[in-house]
Amino acid sequence: MLYREAGQLSTTYAPQRRTFRLRQGRVGLWLLLGFAFIAVPLLGNDYWFSAILVPLLVLSLAGLGLNLLTGYAGQLSLGSAAFMAVGAFAAYNLQLRVPGLPLLVSFALGGIIAALVAVLFGLPSLRIKGFYLLVATLAAQFVVEWVLTRFSWFTNDNASGVITSPPLLIAGLDFSSPRGRYLLTLAVVVALFWLGKNLVRSELGRNWMAVRDMDTAAAVIGIRLFKAKLLAFAISGFYLGVAGSLWAFAYLGTVEPHGFDLSRSFQVLFIIIIGGLGSVLGNFLGAAFIVLFPILLANVFGLLPTGLIDSGQLENIQKMLFGALIIAFLIKEPEGLARLWQRFRQRARVWPLRY
Amino acid sequence: MSATTESVLLRLDDISLSFKGVKAITSISFAVKTGEICALIGPNGAGKSSLLNVINGVYQAQSGSFSYAGQTRRRMRPHQAAERGIARTFQNIALFKGMSVLDNVLTGRNLKRRSSWVEQMLRLGRAPREDDEQRRHAEKVIEFLRIHPWRHVLVGKLPYGLQKRVELARALAAEPKLLLLDEPMAGMNAEEKGEMSQFIRDINREFGTTVVLIEHDIGVVMGLCDHVVVLDYGRKIGDGTPEQVRANPEVIAAYLGTRRTRTERH
Amino acid sequence: MEFFFEVLIGGLLAGVMYSLVAIGFVLIYKASGVFNFAQGAMVLFAALTFVSLLERGFPFAWAFIATLASMVVLALLVEKMVLRPLVNRPPIILFMATLGLSYMIEGLAQFLWGAQVHGLELGIADEPLEIRGMLLSQFDLFAAGTAATLVIALSLLFNKTRVGLSLRAVADDPLASLAVGIRLPRIWALVWAVAGFVGLVAGLLWGARLGVQFSLSLVVLKALPVLIIGGFSSIGGAIVGGLIIGAAEKLAEIYLGPIIGSGIENWVPYVLALLFLLVRPAGLFGERAIERV
Repeated sequence: MLYREAGQLSTTYAPQRRTFRLRQGRVGLWLLLGFAFIAVPLLGNDYWFSAILVPLLVLSLAGLGLNLLTGYAGQLSLGSAAFMAVGAFAAYNLQLRVPGLPLLVSFALGGIIAALVAVLFGLPSLRIKGFYLLVATLAAQFVVEWVLTRFSWFTNDNASGVITSPPLLIAGLDFSSPRGRYLLTLAVVVALFWLGKNLVRSELGRNWMAVRDMDTAAAVIGIRLFKAKLLAFAISGFYLGVAGSLWAFAYLGTVEPHGFDLSRSFQVLFIIIIGGLGSVLGNFLGAAFIVLFPILLANVFGLLPTGLIDSGQLENIQKMLFGALIIAFLIKEPEGLARLWQRFRQRARVWPLRY
Repeated sequence: MSATTESVLLRLDDISLSFKGVKAITSISFAVKTGEICALIGPNGAGKSSLLNVINGVYQAQSGSFSYAGQTRRRMRPHQAAERGIARTFQNIALFKGMSVLDNVLTGRNLKRRSSWVEQMLRLGRAPREDDEQRRHAEKVIEFLRIHPWRHVLVGKLPYGLQKRVELARALAAEPKLLLLDEPMAGMNAEEKGEMSQFIRDINREFGTTVVLIEHDIGVVMGLCDHVVVLDYGRKIGDGTPEQVRANPEVIAAYLGTRRTRTERH
Repeated sequence: MEFFFEVLIGGLLAGVMYSLVAIGFVLIYKASGVFNFAQGAMVLFAALTFVSLLERGFPFAWAFIATLASMVVLALLVEKMVLRPLVNRPPIILFMATLGLSYMIEGLAQFLWGAQVHGLELGIADEPLEIRGMLLSQFDLFAAGTAATLVIALSLLFNKTRVGLSLRAVADDPLASLAVGIRLPRIWALVWAVAGFVGLVAGLLWGARLGVQFSLSLVVLKALPVLIIGGFSSIGGAIVGGLIIGAAEKLAEIYLGPIIGSGIENWVPYVLALLFLLVRPAGLFGERAIERV
């Protein structure tokens, strides 16, 4: 009843090209953005900023990066964390060694360097398909981790191999407080998500999906597989690189190469599986799940009488439940939370009727 | 009726194709005139699909050459074929099952795009205008083939007959000069076949598209096509108008068996 | 020169251990087309269960049988709750399900038995044997011998028994196997149980070598290059692949390490597999998928 399209007809194609076709959707989006940019900084507390919102936003960005490559272009990858690491360490070194370089430019350049590394390890995708491609991205994961640990130049010869975040100064404003980090992350993530949404609805996005669904047919209708695949690696690498910089600087504050290890790659992969492959919104939902689930579980445990379950077991129980949830998702709703949301929206469209 | 060089769009010269020693096609030559509807018929396994694949660049012939729109080649890569105006449909539907009908048809127009991905990502410059243009073209094709009620439906959810039409729409969206159809009416009933024949005839008449199609239903072929080429075991055994081919004893033998075999069955 | 051979043979023997893990993958892949990422977790589970039973005073043989039984139960549960619901889905979904499964099994193993490192004594002396001037680990030789026996037993199973015939049929075409009356769920359960057994053997050997601890499940990652080189569906390929990877890893560590840096054995197998793939996309023994358009 509320979410209807009645009265919203278009006579040109322009309104159909919009990100949100229904006025209700657009209004909802602006409200959400307003809430995020204005209300949350005023109402939120430091814990929420640092422990929940910032990692949620950064992980959703990483998810989007991987989703572009795996969900849309169909190139399976377990090297996400490696590209995040490249972005983070590149940005760090640029800030350190190039005086006067604006922070955001370092982030962007870090992303570009990550994109180049991704393309390098993505070259095998021109010969190898599907499952075997995992090996190329796994190679990326291990080689990058090794390079960053072995050559101490990357960590500025720091004895412990850990790098610390440079001051988060943009145009003279200090973003180091939890609220500041939140706003910085939010701005970057919203901007990149907007670009990403345009991308997946563009010709390139369609070409990616064509390559994913049936690449021989894609070649036959004129799509250049070479260009499509390498662009997928490059753009995905850029997104992951920027996410890595944010993860290191806006979230953790300090990071070492092993913070971007294989389990991080798996984490990003889980985000897009749970959130929904081939979806933009799904990355938020998946990241929210990954971030909130452990907290929720810990709180539930806190409610149980003490001594019932050893607190050391919390992690193991979390692992089991997590694995079980992934399997359950794959069985019940393989297209992830995004699909669940879509189904909800469809029912809302015709509510209070059924169909 | 000899084909003058200007009016011939596609000519195959002595094409042979084999897979690991097994000969699929042996020394096939024929010519297709611009604007005609040509059928490739023959029993299963005669090499018809393989022949289309050679024209289209999916397979490379071991010997022989073919000339298309004046240029002679031995081999052509698939996307080169697409760039030069050859579009095709496949026997086992090669649609992108994860996308909607509209998106599938739009992918058919990917070669008509001029704006770069950066412009599209930032929604700058030519990109929005081009989006509308492409959408307009795609909608024309969708309405022509009467699949507009399903334009936003995921292709994988459509029934077989509709999927075939969507594949045809995608091929048509590229505004091809030569349309290669691999069993466009497989699995259809008489009514659907009539519809599809009508579509093909309309495509040929309205857009002047040259059509080469593989088809098993002789009735359809006789009614629809100007030119028929008959294949059997990878060789050409008939080439001419439908009437000529129908009277060809070799063709009759391949399809229906000789007189003696028929009486023996009683 | 002897040193080179010593390193080489040491690497080959280590490679045999990789092969053992890879064989578990091959079995499951051959029968159900699934790349079972949870194999590593299963190896860990087997090793942990066994060691914990030993520590609680079970004699060796009983501990072995009990662990084997629990692996079989695990296999049956997996077949019923994970494989059957996902029977017609694309392979990537199945792969991701096994990812989830590996998390579950890891969590379960540590939930039941704790997260400390356990030492595992298999009763094999660790003194090096001297052969022709080279020092070889007795343990590695024992492992190689065990692997060889296992491979022979598996080959006999696949090729000489009726069950083996069913297994091969299912691997080739599940739908056709159904049509001739083969009970798919049973076959799958059997295959996963056999893979569990192989996992147990691998777990015991690796556990004795490294100590039974969480990182055991990471051994699975090394199996991937082995499978790439040897092909996903050949046991012989898993052996050859394991040997190649093991040798290459060791040689790189000893000869290239001092030049480039330590720790290169972490990525050498993958880069090697990658280069291999560029030349032979289906592995040494694997089948080339022919796409019909």
